[in-house]
Amino acid sequence: MPKPKVAFYWCASCGGCEETVVDLAEDILGVVEKVDIVLWPVAMDFKYADVRAMPDKSIVATFLNGAIRSTEQEEMARLLRRKSQFLIAYGSCAHTGGIPGLANQFSREEILNFVYKGSPSTVNETGTLPQTEFEEQGRRVHLPALHQGVRSLDQVVEVDYYVPGCPPTPNITKAAVGALLEGRLPAKGSVLAPDIALCDECPRKATKPTNVAFTEFVRPHQRLLDPNKCFLAQGVVCMGPATRSGCGSQCPSGNMPCTGCFGPTSRVKDQGAKMLSSLCANIEPKDEDGIDKVLEGIPDPVGTFYRYGLPKSLLRRKGGLPTS
Amino acid sequence: MTEKKWTPRLVAFFCNWCTYTAADLAGVSRLKYASNVRIIRVMCSGRIDPQFVLEAFAKGADGVLIGGCHPNDCHYVEGNYKMLRRYRLLKRMLADMGIEPDRFRLEWISAAEGEKVKRVVDEMVQKLTALGPLAWDKKLEDWDREVKALEEHVQAQQTTKEVANA
Amino acid sequence: MENVSQKKNGGEQPRIGFYICHCGHNIASMVDCADVAKYVAQLPGVVLSKDYKYMCSDPGQEMIAKDIKEHGLNRVVVASCSPLLHEHTFRNATEKGGLNPFYFQMVNVREHDSWVHTNREDATHKAKALARAAINRVAHHKPLETKKVPIHPDVLVVGGGIAGIHAAMTLANAGKKVILVEREPTIGGHMAKFDKTFPTLDCAACILTPKMSEVGSHPNIRLMTYSEVVKVDGYVGNYQVTIKRKPRYVDEELCIGCQECIPACVFKEPKFADEFNEGLGKRKPIYIPFPQATPQVVTIDPKVCLNFNKKGEVSNKCKKTCVEACGDKNAIDFTQTEKFEEIKVGAIIVATGFKTFDARRITQYGYGIYPGVYTSLEVERLVNAAGPTGGHVVLRDGRKPESIGIIHCVGSRDEKTNRWCSRVCCMYSLKLAHLLKEHTGAEVYNFYIDMRTPGKNYDEFYGKLLEEGVHFIRGRVGEVTDWAFTKEEEGKLVIRVEDTLAGYVRRIPVDMVVLSVGLEPQPDAQDVRRLFGMSCGGEGFFLERHPKLAPVNTFTDGIYLAGCCQGPKDIPDTVAQAGAAAAEAMQLIDRGYIEQEPNTAFILQDECCGCKSCIPLCPYTAIVFDESTQKAIINEALCKGCGTCVGSCPSGSIVQNLFEDDQIFSEIEGVLSYD
Repeated sequence: MPKPKVAFYWCASCGGCEETVVDLAEDILGVVEKVDIVLWPVAMDFKYADVRAMPDKSIVATFLNGAIRSTEQEEMARLLRRKSQFLIAYGSCAHTGGIPGLANQFSREEILNFVYKGSPSTVNETGTLPQTEFEEQGRRVHLPALHQGVRSLDQVVEVDYYVPGCPPTPNITKAAVGALLEGRLPAKGSVLAPDIALCDECPRKATKPTNVAFTEFVRPHQRLLDPNKCFLAQGVVCMGPATRSGCGSQCPSGNMPCTGCFGPTSRVKDQGAKMLSSLCANIEPKDEDGIDKVLEGIPDPVGTFYRYGLPKSLLRRKGGLPTS
Repeated sequence: MTEKKWTPRLVAFFCNWCTYTAADLAGVSRLKYASNVRIIRVMCSGRIDPQFVLEAFAKGADGVLIGGCHPNDCHYVEGNYKMLRRYRLLKRMLADMGIEPDRFRLEWISAAEGEKVKRVVDEMVQKLTALGPLAWDKKLEDWDREVKALEEHVQAQQTTKEVANA
Repeated sequence: MENVSQKKNGGEQPRIGFYICHCGHNIASMVDCADVAKYVAQLPGVVLSKDYKYMCSDPGQEMIAKDIKEHGLNRVVVASCSPLLHEHTFRNATEKGGLNPFYFQMVNVREHDSWVHTNREDATHKAKALARAAINRVAHHKPLETKKVPIHPDVLVVGGGIAGIHAAMTLANAGKKVILVEREPTIGGHMAKFDKTFPTLDCAACILTPKMSEVGSHPNIRLMTYSEVVKVDGYVGNYQVTIKRKPRYVDEELCIGCQECIPACVFKEPKFADEFNEGLGKRKPIYIPFPQATPQVVTIDPKVCLNFNKKGEVSNKCKKTCVEACGDKNAIDFTQTEKFEEIKVGAIIVATGFKTFDARRITQYGYGIYPGVYTSLEVERLVNAAGPTGGHVVLRDGRKPESIGIIHCVGSRDEKTNRWCSRVCCMYSLKLAHLLKEHTGAEVYNFYIDMRTPGKNYDEFYGKLLEEGVHFIRGRVGEVTDWAFTKEEEGKLVIRVEDTLAGYVRRIPVDMVVLSVGLEPQPDAQDVRRLFGMSCGGEGFFLERHPKLAPVNTFTDGIYLAGCCQGPKDIPDTVAQAGAAAAEAMQLIDRGYIEQEPNTAFILQDECCGCKSCIPLCPYTAIVFDESTQKAIINEALCKGCGTCVGSCPSGSIVQNLFEDDQIFSEIEGVLSYD
């Protein structure tokens, strides 16, 4: 009985999702035993031709992490979609765009100019920028082109399941792989994490008052944080109420507030908007000036509320940017 | 079909007790104002979820107007304050996302202020006309075209491969 | 409680019937109704699409009912006038057709379209967009039921002044059981302290005391005096109220009001400031506030009675001659303690009255500094035959005043203290001018800004005063001083005022100054309003639901207002309001139930994470955190359907019936999808 074929691929990502697979520790042996890994760029060599040569739907499941930002990533996403029965968006970047998604506030040109020329630590006297095509010694070489914006995986191809998190925690990765191997997958399109927000499993829940009224917002570096008290009760923005649980509250347990990496519940269209709504409704002052003063504690609402989910928000990217 | 000249599309969320009633009063008084506005009724401005505002823009609205009761007059005591607080941050965030502040407005209109409905709508339509179309839905459509080209390419490769193997 | 909205509609496809009304020419003149109907006919889910002359007419409504049955419609949309006018009508028609009435949506193409636009093409275009939005929305509607909440038949009246008395009597005479709670030892309020009332100069006690006595003996009224409301739980129709009964150390059932105990008291002379007489008279530790007090029962003040120590505990150091005098009636009971009682009522009328402005706040008028300066309420007691001076107007040093100045607007119409007009002061200042002149024959001067005499026979009363030789000087008094400039001013109080009609500043020496103090909210108004879940207006008086159309209702169903606690007013208006409040309460109780529009919110219990962000948002405290389930839950009976919590829930776990997210999102899409 041939072992089911499984593939891992990474797009616009940091490599953290690959590490998470390794974080499965001993459990990884159980996985490796049961499956045949046919593609895993971080660990094994491969050529594009190999992937193209695979028959359609011959891979049972591809775990694709990273957002889609370049033509190469887009091509591989499309290819792997054809070749896989299940295409699973693994990690925040594939699920909702992730941190790379914040690039949707800038144009491609702005980014390239900053990274290669404008940043304070860059030395580039010739002002060289990467090109998609270059002729050298009679050969034409190519680099993939960057899209104007960042996309989540399902904004390019159809996705069967999502495993959220930045990175997904070992427990939900294990649960996802287990569900896959045992044929226990839920309805297509589900996010493989509880559909209830983080406060449900947060050890600090009992310390959150029922009459919270914000008179200020502070950022984690501005204060010595009480390791046992609810962050919101300390005036620190915690995305927990707007974020799925399942991660075991790792960030609060590490004395840092939740930043929202598991994405919103299925009942919400725009995670950032909902968190904004909840926080603002509970602000104490009633006059414009008083309210604005409290809100000064959130200097970057886009970065705070859409840290992992800008491409999947309702607006998706900043207006006024080029579209191609 | 002749190309219809663009006029702004303004989506308004009016609270039942004050603003919606004021708009009715404007009607009863036969006041005339710009027809660009489309009113959606909610019970209280406190019901207005920022998601509604974002969705309106994303689906093509050029401007969003929220109408609530004056401070201290909210039929449900304080719903309008909650909306005010959301409004302050949402407006700033929309600006960060490239939506001009004049496109999003919160107005307190009491049930007796039919005149104010007319004035606010006319003012806003004027401002939106000067700003031009936001057309966020068209922007996204345009942008989505950049990922269509490769679909055919990948399809074509496979077909070539199949033909080659056959 | 079943979360109706969670039921899928059995996967049924919407079969929508759309109707657009001509409303005669009102809509049809500006909107091409046939064109709109044609457009809507091709929208998904629409089975029939018609235009008709008058949808709200009987034939129009019958057509809806008939079409539902004949065409198997499961949704109805009518584009016509404002839902605030006819939503109810068309919901009924929908119900007659056999459908749940909430499968209906209305489109406003008259008040919001045909009546306010001038271009037919634009107006028709707009009507199509609005219709589209409604077609989208109605597909998401769920079947809902209005909820009937039963009403407990008893009524609580808080406050035993003329407002509370009148409201209680009206209700009791209609056969309702009333509990009247008053914090003083007797009912009667401020009116009991007045001498004569304007403009008729009726003796206040004469018209009030018969009412007080009726209240005391009415079989339907339970009178709880020397008691306060300390807790209110529940919701309209079902209030549980906790009342604190303060100990008078006298058994109300046994005391017959013979008052033999008072002369028998070990204090031979009254020694302590008498509250009823505004501190101008004295009383003993055992006392009755005034002769006609109801109930006719004495009270013992533990703060000054010798039988109590400084901590208020019974010390038994006194001979208790009062107990001896009481004899075998045995009404005095030093073992009494504070008691709490819980009662159940369906409606509450708050009639807690007012307090007068503290004249010490305007130091330049010299109240509390010069002994010759009095407040109007003090003067009421001076001129009253049952008052501390037997009706003789004498100053604190025993002199009879030969000249009296009455200063209007003390603590009213004043940017520095209270901005509002207290409504009654001009009239009572005129009344006091009359009474003082009658009692003393002195020269009386009234210093006014405007003369406000709006009521029935009020201006005529002013006319009478003008002929009685009272001097009227139009000007806001600058100061009252005893610093004499001339011989005539020695030993007198000089009133400095700009006489604006004459055009110069005057100094008028008088023996007595009367300050017409304004009316203010009671000092504990904020605490009281929170008890009952009411709001206060900017000035601190309790807030009515609507200043014109609902002056006795509050925003909390089942709680009504009467009298000066809602705003300054005179006795006729107070009585009228008390009657109105009684009628509103009766309306509730006689119907026996209220129907709630089913636009309440509910929290999805499986999905709520217990973040508690919603709890502080509800002004009706309808949301509570259930410690056992660690989730929030909404009390449907308290929810008023504002939707604030729904918009704020960060995980989207609160749903509002009739205004669900899906319904509104589809409406937004609809208004924008027609280009």
